[in-house]
Amino acid sequence: MPTAPTGHPVSVRGLSKDYGDVHAVRDISLDIHRGEVFALLGPNGAGKTTTVDILTGVRQRTSGDVRVLGHDPAEDPREWRARIGVVPQTAGAYADLTVREVVSHFAAMYPAPLRTEQVLDMVGLGRHHRTQALALSGGQQRRLDVAVGVVGDPELIFLDEPTTGLDPVARREAWELVRWFADRGRTTVLTTHYLDEAEELAQRAGVVVGGRLAACAPLSELGGRDNTRTHVSFRRTAALRDRALPALPPGTETAHDDTSDTVTLRTSEPSGVLSVLLPWAREAGSPELPELRVHRPTLEEIYLNLIDRETVACP
Amino acid sequence: MPLTEAAATAQPAAPAPSADGPPGAGAVTFGARALVRASAARSGVELKAFFRNKQSLVFTLFFPVILLVVFASIFSGKVEGTDTDFRQVFMSGVIAAGVMSTAFSGLAINIAVERDTGLVRRLALTPMPKTAYFIGKIVRVVVTTALETVLLIGIAATAFDLELPHTAERWATLGWCLALGTAACALAGTAYSAVIPNSRSASAVVTPVFMVLQFISGVFYPFDKLPLWMQNTAALFPVKWMAQGFRSVFLPDSFTVVEPAGSWELGRVALVLALWAVGGLVATTLTFGWRGPRVR
Repeated sequence: MPTAPTGHPVSVRGLSKDYGDVHAVRDISLDIHRGEVFALLGPNGAGKTTTVDILTGVRQRTSGDVRVLGHDPAEDPREWRARIGVVPQTAGAYADLTVREVVSHFAAMYPAPLRTEQVLDMVGLGRHHRTQALALSGGQQRRLDVAVGVVGDPELIFLDEPTTGLDPVARREAWELVRWFADRGRTTVLTTHYLDEAEELAQRAGVVVGGRLAACAPLSELGGRDNTRTHVSFRRTAALRDRALPALPPGTETAHDDTSDTVTLRTSEPSGVLSVLLPWAREAGSPELPELRVHRPTLEEIYLNLIDRETVACP
Repeated sequence: MPLTEAAATAQPAAPAPSADGPPGAGAVTFGARALVRASAARSGVELKAFFRNKQSLVFTLFFPVILLVVFASIFSGKVEGTDTDFRQVFMSGVIAAGVMSTAFSGLAINIAVERDTGLVRRLALTPMPKTAYFIGKIVRVVVTTALETVLLIGIAATAFDLELPHTAERWATLGWCLALGTAACALAGTAYSAVIPNSRSASAVVTPVFMVLQFISGVFYPFDKLPLWMQNTAALFPVKWMAQGFRSVFLPDSFTVVEPAGSWELGRVALVLALWAVGGLVATTLTFGWRGPRVR
């Protein structure tokens, strides 16, 4: 069995988790680097939360080697707990206590916590510190969960879908919080359904599909995104229809859709294509190309394409 | 933007400790002081939550008081074969019901709710010494049971002529009976919380046990008049023994003619309650979980 090295905050080698015949996590290998925000993406039931639960010592693994801040999470030493912050996926309910009481109560469990007021301001609950926790809106309760998870000033933070149910303003406040910890050199593992969130915050991402790691790369390279061609497309006017296309940069592929009379050029040099295409259109007397689009594949398209890929290792 | 303010007042980042720092570093921080701080935090939260929660106040604290007031107003007449008012017998018994209400029912429901609503899970994710959680529970149970007992004895003595004990020996019996009974009920309650599937069903799973044990343990009806099989069943559980112990505190010794053994059997009261405490502790260590499918 391969052994996980201890240099990274999180090192996983050959991690598997079975529930009877169900293989929830299958042979995942992964390193998360110090100081980065690492996004864990994947559809519902893919095994993201099971993986996070194993890394945070909530569940036991079936096989594989896991090192989190140099420890096996299954041992769960208290000194190690103090260095880790966890915001679980399920929301907590804190009955009969005010927001402030909840957070300062959790702060008392840590050797060097952040100030309660500071954490409440960070999650945008500063004005609500006297409110009963159960009287908060759903989104505010989620923010309280985040406050509870990070009040210990952790070195390594696990956020399992922290912004689900938050409005756009609250989501951005949560992003600021992630950046604030990242700026202090802390490491964050972020599980999310929102690809824009991953794109906004994370340097690298892993995509988990069916319990396997289907991709693991910097976000700009995820799923071969950096090598994927750009699509330049436009509709042909009558004036353009009779003219042959100009000489395009080498390697450009041309496709034509007859029903919409749309031309699509697939290229790795979109600027080069446009620099010959626009003079060509002007000469044809159609200086505005109808429905001109330059389209780079979005993270979402890449992500959706990844669903069938095979397992990779993430160094 | 609140965050910039927060960031401005933040202390500079501490150097991140190496992944595998020397063992024993921070031993002071994780020693006795951490336990004291965590226990104080847990105890404070336990008491605030109990006294702010209308449901726990009404069902746990005031329910035995309501039983006392209603039935002490209804019951009259002497217990057959004795010179003792049944009301006096009932008032001794209702103190046992009070202990079971705060220490058993209240605690079992409380733990089930905390497990179901994410508190237990979140505490397990902190470096809290696990002992602190149980110290908080002890504080909760001791304070609420003491308050319950004072309320019941106070109302019984002032409004319904319950005669307070005159000898130090009887006060001592009240003390140890209360302490052992509370320990037995609290540990049994902690263990019993393991069979509660979720917070919605907590009251439904706990309250019948509380009610049935009161009825078969001679709280509402003279114990010697109950069918023998019922007496024998009740003798397996702590409420009957607590009630018997409290009768020995508040009733004249002549009442022992109708006690099953013809005496107060204080040694057996202590033994059964202690066995329940030990059994509850063993069952708690076997069943209490910080993680698992029911810890949400």
